Amino acid sequence: MTVTSSAMKSFPKPSALTVPPGAEGWEKLYPYNLVFQNLSGAEDEKFWFCDSQHWPTVFKPFETIGGEFAVKCLGQYNTRHLLIPPANGIEFKIHLGYLYMSPVPVPEAEIPARVPEFERRAGHYFQNWDTLLESWRTKVRATIDEMEALSFDALPEMVPFEDIVSGKAKDGSEKLMENYDRLIQLLYQNWQYHFEFLNLGYVAYLDFFGYCKELFPGIPDQSIAKMVQGVDMELFRPDDELKKLASLAVELGLQTAFEDTDDVAGTLERVGAREGGGQWVDAYTAAQDPWFNFTVGNGFYGHDKYWIEHQELPLGYIKDYIRRIDEGHQIMRPVDELVAERDRVIAEYRELVDGDNLALFDAKRGLAATAYPYVENHNFYIEHWTMGVFWRKVRALGQVFADAGFWPHRDDMLYLTRGEVRDAIFDLVTGWAVGSEATGPHYWPAEIDRRRGIVEALSSARPQPALNTPPAEITEPFTMMLYGITTEQVQQWLAGDESGADGVITGMAASPGVVEGIARVVHSADQLGEVQEGDILVATITAPSWGPIFGKIKATVTDIGGMMSHAAIVCREYGLPAVTGTGSGSTTIKSGQLVRVDGNTGRVEILKG
Amino acid sequence: MDNKPYVQFFDSGSASEHDLLGGKCASLVTMTAAGMPVPPGFAVTTAAYDAFVDAAGLRDEISAKLGTLDPDDLVAVDSVSAGIRDAICSRPVPDAVRSEVVAAYDAFQARFATEVPVAVRSSATAEDLPGASFAGQQDTYLWLIGLDSVLKHVRACWASLYTSRAILYRLKNAIPDEGLSMAVAVQKMVNSRVSGVAITMNPTNGDRSKIAIDASYGVGEMVVSGQVTPDNLLLDKVMLTVVSQTIGAKHAELVPDFGEGRLVEREVPPERRVVCSLSADEVTEVASMAKRAEKHYGCPQDVEWALDSDLPAGESLLLLQSRPETVHSGKAAPPAKSATPTTPGFSMAGITATLTNRKPS
Repeated sequence: MTVTSSAMKSFPKPSALTVPPGAEGWEKLYPYNLVFQNLSGAEDEKFWFCDSQHWPTVFKPFETIGGEFAVKCLGQYNTRHLLIPPANGIEFKIHLGYLYMSPVPVPEAEIPARVPEFERRAGHYFQNWDTLLESWRTKVRATIDEMEALSFDALPEMVPFEDIVSGKAKDGSEKLMENYDRLIQLLYQNWQYHFEFLNLGYVAYLDFFGYCKELFPGIPDQSIAKMVQGVDMELFRPDDELKKLASLAVELGLQTAFEDTDDVAGTLERVGAREGGGQWVDAYTAAQDPWFNFTVGNGFYGHDKYWIEHQELPLGYIKDYIRRIDEGHQIMRPVDELVAERDRVIAEYRELVDGDNLALFDAKRGLAATAYPYVENHNFYIEHWTMGVFWRKVRALGQVFADAGFWPHRDDMLYLTRGEVRDAIFDLVTGWAVGSEATGPHYWPAEIDRRRGIVEALSSARPQPALNTPPAEITEPFTMMLYGITTEQVQQWLAGDESGADGVITGMAASPGVVEGIARVVHSADQLGEVQEGDILVATITAPSWGPIFGKIKATVTDIGGMMSHAAIVCREYGLPAVTGTGSGSTTIKSGQLVRVDGNTGRVEILKG
Repeated sequence: MDNKPYVQFFDSGSASEHDLLGGKCASLVTMTAAGMPVPPGFAVTTAAYDAFVDAAGLRDEISAKLGTLDPDDLVAVDSVSAGIRDAICSRPVPDAVRSEVVAAYDAFQARFATEVPVAVRSSATAEDLPGASFAGQQDTYLWLIGLDSVLKHVRACWASLYTSRAILYRLKNAIPDEGLSMAVAVQKMVNSRVSGVAITMNPTNGDRSKIAIDASYGVGEMVVSGQVTPDNLLLDKVMLTVVSQTIGAKHAELVPDFGEGRLVEREVPPERRVVCSLSADEVTEVASMAKRAEKHYGCPQDVEWALDSDLPAGESLLLLQSRPETVHSGKAAPPAKSATPTTPGFSMAGITATLTNRKPS
């Protein structure tokens, strides 16, 4: 119980980390600007933390696009659009395959000058939130539609005769190049849009958060979250659609047609052949656009599976929901109860606010309740829908290359940087135009194998939670809010090895309640099938599309994430205890152990192993 | 009057009628109904007293004796008082009254595995009269075991209406004896496993969104008098979740010695000292009850509570006393910043202040 040392320890310097065997030369996988180049200077001093919340696994070269666009665009809104007084953007580098970040504070002296601009700009958004958000939806949707329309097709044997007649005088290869560039531009465009409201959503939340902490010192973060969180959120729509489809299937008596949902075509055929089956298939088809643009991952990796292309996933979930309805379970989220509980929480805190402060409390809560739901809802539009379409197009282009002998499998293209892909397109069209062989087929297969080996070697090592010496105190509001990087969290990381030694793991008390149960450790979406009714889910991180699992489990423990992480939101929604951001839950706890999860105090205890 | 019951259980769900139950019992019934379970028991109603006084022919006798009494003749007052009290303690109680009280006592004891000691307390109807305080004149008898002892002390409570002091008080304040009656509470002696206090605010800063709980083993006296360092918990009042918790040393506990009818102090073994004296569920129960007390009385409360070993889990929490919290009661409730401008709609200045950790200018 005693603190042995108050001396500030440090995380390792990036230059001091050992390269896993077989990963030598890893730096060259990534563009020069993404890798530490100044390790003799500032970069070996500055504090960096690993964003394993969004990038838990090693980047393949092409996949850095999500990290680059996301963190760059986050920065532009802080620094250039809104002039958030204390915070510029977040610097980011890849080290040994993982993404490290370093928030850039605004020098103290420059803060006052930014205030009027910030108030003018953010004020405009807050005053016109609904109208601006409506046009946001329109422009994001337009980007997706345009992206969807892009095609990547093999080049023809000869230019069509009508092009000769019309005097077009172009061979079509320019389309391949244009479409590739356009695809990248469109993705960049939606990532710019992504942050248009996000930072402001957090600002409004932080403002109410800070005010609550001032009015009610020690108020649980959960209470504040409950008071502003939306109940009927777009993030829950895909899961809700599956529940509705399951209910409809039960209503129509179609249960037995869902026996083998791994056989997608067969299942749909069996359902369609039944009486009333046509109605169900229509409803199923209608739900797909857009709600099946939903990934089992987080949208940042080329290997993420999307429901729309892997319908055995949603059909499997529907099958499971059908079983639960037949067993008498209530599968729909208790929306009325959630609303009633939220209203109770608001009313009880309001009663405690005295007259002078009440109007301010209401105004701040009102703003946060208006602005915050974006933080949750945008996720469907960008990470799921936009990224889903993007990766599908990337695969189509990869296939064009594969057909031309550049590499065996379409996904092999992920081992090229996006700049190299551009070069490879020119290589491809040159060979085709000249009538000779392209160079790629002689270069890429071996090179891709070499790179694959490096990525695999990097994957064998977990990232450091942070690098270099942390500041004495973490004060930057976004870092705390978005990443849960607090002074306490950093201290806990530094204590690292000792945590879990006595069978107790601590994290954030993200959703209230106390339960005991059997732990099920899940490292990837592919293992979700192992989760049994009544298990306690222990995971590095959870994703929105894991929704159907939450109806089965008793509690959740995650390594990564804060009060507003997906696991926290969903568990509050389902009334399950959750402890998030434990750092080491999924590596300390073993499947089958009896654990006790206390979502009120953020404590997880291994009772029996 | 005739159809009034002679007994009423605190938790019977029947209405709390002041004239029938007296002030004390009426309050016990009200609190039980409001989800603030007091130690269980029943009232011997004023109807029982009235039936007894009538059947024993005491009404006219008493009024005759008091009618001629000179309040300045203390010897005469003492003698009249002794005579009346002796009559109350000895004249026969009507069978109907006796059998109802016996049945109630048996039904009460049937709730427990073994016979439990009880307290018998007077519950006068006049105690709420403004300026006519009977404080100190009402009798309380503790650790009574067995029916005979209970019946004897019920009479003793009745008789306490006619102590010399009570007679004199009424004479001097011109309070008529007509209609004077007395109910009696028969209530379980609390067998405290854990006890303590709960304050429906943070007593260190007056933050009304918190509930502070002190808890220690045994009877609460040692907590109240500061002889042990209790466990200290701070909960959020709305969510009822623990905000902070300090395990106290709790080196000793007071526990009842039934044979002796008194409390004995004993040492708490080390392994019980280092854990919280309340389970997570019990913490929630205590806080919920304190919250109900505050809602019931409409102001912050200082609640004494105990967990009774003789009662089943989930029903063992008892409220011993609830009174208004006085330390912060005069102050503005939350320690909110007063400098904050009250702006309709949101305030960008406020938002900037939050972000930069500065007060708006």
